[in-house]
Amino acid sequence: MELFSNANDFLLWVRGDAFNIALGLFIIGVLVRILEIFLLGRKKDFSEARGTQWGPGLRNIVSRSVVDNGTFKRAPFVVVVGYIWHICFFIVLFLFIPHIELINALLGIQWPGLASQLVDAATVVAMVSLVAMLWHRLTHPVLKFLSTYEDYVVWFVTFLPLLTGYMAFHRMIDPYPLALGLHILSVELLMVIFPFTKLMHAFTLFIARWYTGAMMGRKGIVS
Amino acid sequence: MNDTLNITKGINALKEQIDAPTAAFFSSCVHCGLCAEACLFYTETNDPKYTPINKVEPLKRVWESEYTLFGRLKKALGLAKPVTDELLAEWEPLIYDGCTLCGRCSMVCPVGNDISTMIRKVREGMVASDHVPEGLVGASTRAVKIGSPMGIRLKALQAQIKHIERDTGLKIPIDVEGADYMALLSSMEIINFPEYIESLAKIFKQANVSWTLSSEAFEATNSGIQIGSSDIARELVQRIVDGAEKLKVKYVISPECGHAFTAIRWDGPNLIGKSYSFKVVHILELLDELQQSGRLKTQGMEDKKLTFHDPCQIVRKGGVEAQPRRLLSQVASQFVEMSDPGKMNWCCGGGGGVSANERADDVRLKAFNRKKSQLEEINVEVLVTACANCRLILEEGLEENNMDMPVVGLSELISEHLLEENAVEGERDE
Repeated sequence: MELFSNANDFLLWVRGDAFNIALGLFIIGVLVRILEIFLLGRKKDFSEARGTQWGPGLRNIVSRSVVDNGTFKRAPFVVVVGYIWHICFFIVLFLFIPHIELINALLGIQWPGLASQLVDAATVVAMVSLVAMLWHRLTHPVLKFLSTYEDYVVWFVTFLPLLTGYMAFHRMIDPYPLALGLHILSVELLMVIFPFTKLMHAFTLFIARWYTGAMMGRKGIVS
Repeated sequence: MNDTLNITKGINALKEQIDAPTAAFFSSCVHCGLCAEACLFYTETNDPKYTPINKVEPLKRVWESEYTLFGRLKKALGLAKPVTDELLAEWEPLIYDGCTLCGRCSMVCPVGNDISTMIRKVREGMVASDHVPEGLVGASTRAVKIGSPMGIRLKALQAQIKHIERDTGLKIPIDVEGADYMALLSSMEIINFPEYIESLAKIFKQANVSWTLSSEAFEATNSGIQIGSSDIARELVQRIVDGAEKLKVKYVISPECGHAFTAIRWDGPNLIGKSYSFKVVHILELLDELQQSGRLKTQGMEDKKLTFHDPCQIVRKGGVEAQPRRLLSQVASQFVEMSDPGKMNWCCGGGGGVSANERADDVRLKAFNRKKSQLEEINVEVLVTACANCRLILEEGLEENNMDMPVVGLSELISEHLLEENAVEGERDE
């Protein structure tokens, strides 16, 4: 490597300048995307409301996490693997002690973590579920039809941090600073593409669910 | 030349449709494909092109290239996928033949996207760019020129009224100024199901409701809503508003017609840009209210096993779900629910203008298989509904599948069970 004389230099850069740039792009990008949504606004609704909007909107944010029975029966794979993936991903991201320490260093907030063996297991399950979802995307007629290059890029960029994290944790790359550096770099890649892709759903789904729930509440439909 | 002009108009119409909810919806879609499983056009054909979120592709392209920073950058670099006349021509059948605007996809989407509202928005772009099925063009032209999508004039209504008055001895009030309620009708009710008008007369007589029809605004259906033209929809809503204001009524009753309710109850005030001077109630809401307050009394029970087909626009998009069930519980001893009842019910396949569009006949009959299997699961003798269009589509589908089952309007069923005593009194009053 020309750029870095050794793995330690690489790690320092990844944790320093690179991290700051990625975090900056992530925060600005996400804010711009959310502003782009809200600035469009909604037209005033002149029809006589049957119910309120705020409560049903908030309710829908929660209730949309539960899939209706009919859809579950028709698409059990997407539903089950979808839940498993998201739960394991959140365990890995927010309950791994080194991650909590990083968040504490950045924001000054912390919470108890899980034993690293449990996080390790969740990482494996998360990776397996991602591979299963990729296989499903490549074989199911609807998903194959809907998928664009973005879906595959996002899959890959989401998979990388899990893989590099797993490899770093198990000392599968030598030296360790290189392993850790690669892991952080992969997260930075994820942060940079985040605002430009469907990864934005992590934030915007709350807005989408609220609007739909609010519309339903207005009309007196239980969200 | 013309195509260039049309596509510009189409894109502008689509741009006008984009608001914060639309942007939030497009930003949130992860291509999970679950909306396909909620759509009867996909479940009954297995053709992925009917996936609801795919149907809004033209709107998505406009949103991305005009209302996102990254999209505008892509457009500047020539990397954006444009909306072309060919694209709209290709999407037209998906939007008009393969979607009834039933809104089931909007209930199922895990990120909460209201996809069917977006499909309704795409129709505005289709109308502006002149990509509309012939059947719907005909219906809306007749609606604007004659006053009814089926070309029904006042004379035809007057003839039906005469028949009903002769058969029942009841008076059907027309143009009564100062009445409390002004009832609207759908063309289908006037021509195919005049029993509805008779039922109203009987029920309102018993419950002592002051009501009237308007000779200038009796048509409830709104082809503008179906075709996706706010201009036409506005004109048709304005006729009703003018009629109601002229007669100084307190309430306008939306009939047993799904999209008419959406048009007059929810879209209407926004189309004309102000609140009404009257309230809009669906006939089922009114009947339920009359029954709850003891003004509507019934006797006897249907003992046949029956079920209720929820019209999408009345239940899922209109919030009238408990009322038909309460009403049925008063007149039917063997009422059973279909699978996925109420707001999750499956469409008959003919809503949203699909039934007015002959080109869609084949796919519509395929889509009906969903209702067919729902009905086969519960093995009922009678099918009750509350929308004249659903009723016609259900009758046709049942006939096509050799299923011998009467389809009855709920208001009609109630009127058949009115407490005799009052009916007799009513006749004596004449």
